[in-house]
Amino acid sequence: MIDAKRLRALSITAAAIALMLAGTAAPAAESLTVVSWGGAYTRSQVKAYHEPFTKKTGVNILSEDYNGGLAQIKTQVESGNIRWDVVDLELSDAVRGCDEGLLERVDPRILPPAPNGTPAEEDFIPGTIVDCAVGEIVWSTVVAFDRTKFPNNRPWTIRDFFDVKKFPGKRGLRKTPRVNLEWALMADGVPTRQVYEVLATEEGVDRAFRKLDVLKPHTVWWEAGAQPPQLLADGEVVMTSAYNGRLYNAMVKEKKPFVIIWDGQVWDIDLWGIVKGTPSLATALEFVIFSTDTVQLANQAKYISYGPVRRSSMDLVDPKVKPHLPTSPDNFSNSLQNDFEWWADNQQDMDERFTTWLTR
Amino acid sequence: MATAQQTMHTYEVMGGQSLKAALAKAERRNKIRAFMLVVPLLVFIAFAFLAPIVRMMYFSFENPVIVETFPKTVAALADWDPTGAPTPPEEVYAVLAEEISRAAKDRSIGKAATRLNYDKGGMRSLMTKTGRRVSRMQAGPFMDGKWKEAFLKISKKWGDRDVWVTIKDAGRRYTPSYYLKALDFRRNAEGDIVPEPESRQLYLLTGMDSVWVRTFWISALVTILCVLLGYPVAYLLANLPLRYSNLLMILVLLPFWTSLLVRTTAWVVVLQTEGVLNDVLMFLNIIDERIQLIFNRFGVLVAMTHILLPFMILPIYSVMKNIPPSYERAARSLGATPWTAFWRVYFPQSLAGIGAGGLLVFILALGYYITPALVGGPTDQMVSYFIADHTNRSLNWGLASALGGILLVGVLAVYILYDKVVGIDNMKLG
Amino acid sequence: MAKILVYALLFVCLVVAVRASIKGLRNLPPYVGSLGRSWYIGFRVICGAILVFLIMPILVIIPLSFNSEPYFTYPMPGFSLRWYEDFFVGEQSKVWHLAIKNSVIVAIFATLIATALGTIAAVGLSNARLPGKTFLMGLLISPMIVPLVITAVGMYFFYSLIGFTPRQLSEIWSGLHLLPVILAHAALGTPFVVITVTATLVGFDQSLTRASASLGADGLRTFFKVTVPLVLPGMISGALFAFITSFDEVVVVLFLAGIEEYTIPRRMFAGIREQISPTILAVATILVLLSILLLTALELLRRRNERMRGMTPA
Repeated sequence: MIDAKRLRALSITAAAIALMLAGTAAPAAESLTVVSWGGAYTRSQVKAYHEPFTKKTGVNILSEDYNGGLAQIKTQVESGNIRWDVVDLELSDAVRGCDEGLLERVDPRILPPAPNGTPAEEDFIPGTIVDCAVGEIVWSTVVAFDRTKFPNNRPWTIRDFFDVKKFPGKRGLRKTPRVNLEWALMADGVPTRQVYEVLATEEGVDRAFRKLDVLKPHTVWWEAGAQPPQLLADGEVVMTSAYNGRLYNAMVKEKKPFVIIWDGQVWDIDLWGIVKGTPSLATALEFVIFSTDTVQLANQAKYISYGPVRRSSMDLVDPKVKPHLPTSPDNFSNSLQNDFEWWADNQQDMDERFTTWLTR
Repeated sequence: MATAQQTMHTYEVMGGQSLKAALAKAERRNKIRAFMLVVPLLVFIAFAFLAPIVRMMYFSFENPVIVETFPKTVAALADWDPTGAPTPPEEVYAVLAEEISRAAKDRSIGKAATRLNYDKGGMRSLMTKTGRRVSRMQAGPFMDGKWKEAFLKISKKWGDRDVWVTIKDAGRRYTPSYYLKALDFRRNAEGDIVPEPESRQLYLLTGMDSVWVRTFWISALVTILCVLLGYPVAYLLANLPLRYSNLLMILVLLPFWTSLLVRTTAWVVVLQTEGVLNDVLMFLNIIDERIQLIFNRFGVLVAMTHILLPFMILPIYSVMKNIPPSYERAARSLGATPWTAFWRVYFPQSLAGIGAGGLLVFILALGYYITPALVGGPTDQMVSYFIADHTNRSLNWGLASALGGILLVGVLAVYILYDKVVGIDNMKLG
Repeated sequence: MAKILVYALLFVCLVVAVRASIKGLRNLPPYVGSLGRSWYIGFRVICGAILVFLIMPILVIIPLSFNSEPYFTYPMPGFSLRWYEDFFVGEQSKVWHLAIKNSVIVAIFATLIATALGTIAAVGLSNARLPGKTFLMGLLISPMIVPLVITAVGMYFFYSLIGFTPRQLSEIWSGLHLLPVILAHAALGTPFVVITVTATLVGFDQSLTRASASLGADGLRTFFKVTVPLVLPGMISGALFAFITSFDEVVVVLFLAGIEEYTIPRRMFAGIREQISPTILAVATILVLLSILLLTALELLRRRNERMRGMTPA
């Protein structure tokens, strides 16, 4: 993705800019607008990143909420009226925002090494630093089921999720081809490593849709991440795809009888991106560097069950939380990273095909 | 009649000018006065709303990205006839090589690649990959005549007619392609406008499955349901003593104080399989097993009707308040049955309210997407859902604006049709 | 438990509706036959059912705001005030209070602008001789038709272009920061006023204004003393719609508002990726109670006023 020569040039420019801006920026009452997803997620970031950052630098952080997507960033950049500085992005948006020139480039070499000296680029899980954004947490889409609905034999794998004879009952799936196509292939016997290879062919896509046909009459399609735990709690579905963080709350804090099937989890990351043309570039960079440090990343896992993207952070995470993180070794063994390259290319085609498939 | 003539006569004598001119002058003054009343709102709307919308609509045909990133390639492709040779001549490859490598260096390639991907899946990776590889090649005399070969080595797709047609087509500065796409048409290699292949038809121009037909159909159904449910309530409210009707009015207004998100969530609680309504029906032995009431068309209709019902009740109510009860009584005293008195005397006077309410509900229903998204099934999504999706997620603002533009034209067409059939001067509609 | 409560409430509603209709029977003129009487009861019951349909979601939601778990499911496992605590004293309470303040200010000003401009324009539009009426009307109701996302993005672009943003306005005077949202919402609210007021003007007898003029009243006086009282029902319902449109609008706020300008729905939609927080049910319940208090107070005032004037209730 990134060739070394360009990187060096970039890092020098970035450092120069940072120095220049740091020299000129007014130190008093500076503030930074950091945008994230709201709710419990934002709260975990405020505790783990914003508050210590303000304490350290005196920079006041304004925390705003959004619901994903790049529309607001695009309006700000294209109209020249930049209101946001740092934004918590999903990987696909980070890549797309970079392509569209909506985000500042971030040189990974400005990130501090792990406490034991491992350079940042090796400390981060591969694929969690991209051209314009630095990863913070790993979250994943998993299958969860209600234990009380399967008293005798429980489902263990994605294959079981697609087996409506052995495990009858309604399923919940997100209304998007993402993850669903990957799971369909896994359930059809494609090894996890080869999923995207197969999807890259026309026959592979056909195969995935054919497998999804099996579930179609049994599926409730959800839109907002808040829905699937609710669907499970209501008994509207017996098994559903869901984001792991919300399930953790339901299982551990609210003692719901839900069980997560980690097999075949499709993980994705949230990253910090810096809005192109922000007047507070230097401070924004400082914030990104600070919050993706080993210690801060580990701290966030105190407040929400998402896995830190730095390997060195895992050692600092509370052992009680560890088994609930997508990145913990037991859960991570048969996992798939959402292939953003493939999706960036094919999202539109797949969306169209998926929509047509749904309406038939 | 005689009086009128007299007045005219007096007028002529008094004013010393012809009646025609006087009338015309009064008429003109009247028109101007009426227009002056409209002007403040017009100015306000022009500033706060129309100017932003015009800016947005510009996106639906403006298409500067490709022509600005690859100006020479676009110029060179203008001479290429796609119906003849499957690929353009060597010079075009050479020009593109130069421009794509520059674009890769100054990072403008991403935007162009995304733009091309709107028209043809896979273009994004083809462009970025090619850009990366070409920018590393040494341009020079030894590459002369070998660019096509080099491109084909990077990807076989560069020998594909469709790829070049896509670039040629996207190279227009102003394009109808977003509108074509919004109606499931596209331009083929010959430049003719043809329907998309069936597997790619998204908005499904024909049939009841079409997103367009569905949008108008759901809105119409919701409007009808609102009239059926709203009219009796409005009648009751308008004819009860004020002290009762005001209390009942509170019931109509209460839903307004709860946000759309809350009301939609409430309907999920009521309608879901383990929900309140299913419980009641089971309890009353009306049904034997729980039925699916949500995540389908039924759920959408119920939730939308509920949310929009006050928009029907209030206009009908405010019109009914102005209907004097004496007319209906007169009809009754002249021997009309209660039904005739209502249908022939009262109902026609309340039509203006139904028209106003119907217009409000129909148009508001067309724009709904959060509610259908949360309580509907996959076949219940309306156009606004796709508009929001293209604005937020795929960032295809051209297509979003085109869809919005077509929706606007569609609604205005319905409005004008209504005007022609019923007549706006009858003011049934408002 | 709560389930039973809801059913009991529904049952009470039904009983009240039936009783009210039977009571109303006594006021019927004596010549109404048995068919008429049964139709009368049937009609009242139907209306009662529709009214129950209107408030059912609220009846269902209010108990859930006391749920001890963050789920919207009956039966509720326990009773708790935690969501109210969140709203009144929790760490999020400040932002909720700010949101309520903003929502009320924005909605009130947007409604005032929309109602004033909309009513005047509707009076002009109802003049039968106005040329290009269909076109003008189409133009004026277009804010209702254009999908909100498109409006919102367009507004952001245009307002940024001319420097009409919260940040720049608050540099002039800090109170101006809500102005972009207010104007945007006013624009969205005007079609409602225009449509409802023109509808009430349908039967409007133009000779009344001429009569007023011939009696020596000037245009302004005629407008306020003759036209406004006649179109008042339409104005009120239009104003209500404008108010509620602003009060419940999230998409435009999403684009135009910064953190200082957050409104209630904007707060409610935050965090939906994780969870729809039951705090929004507590907020909804509080708003419902407030509005019941407000509307009841108004009604009592009206009755008192009537008694003072010695009028029997109409």
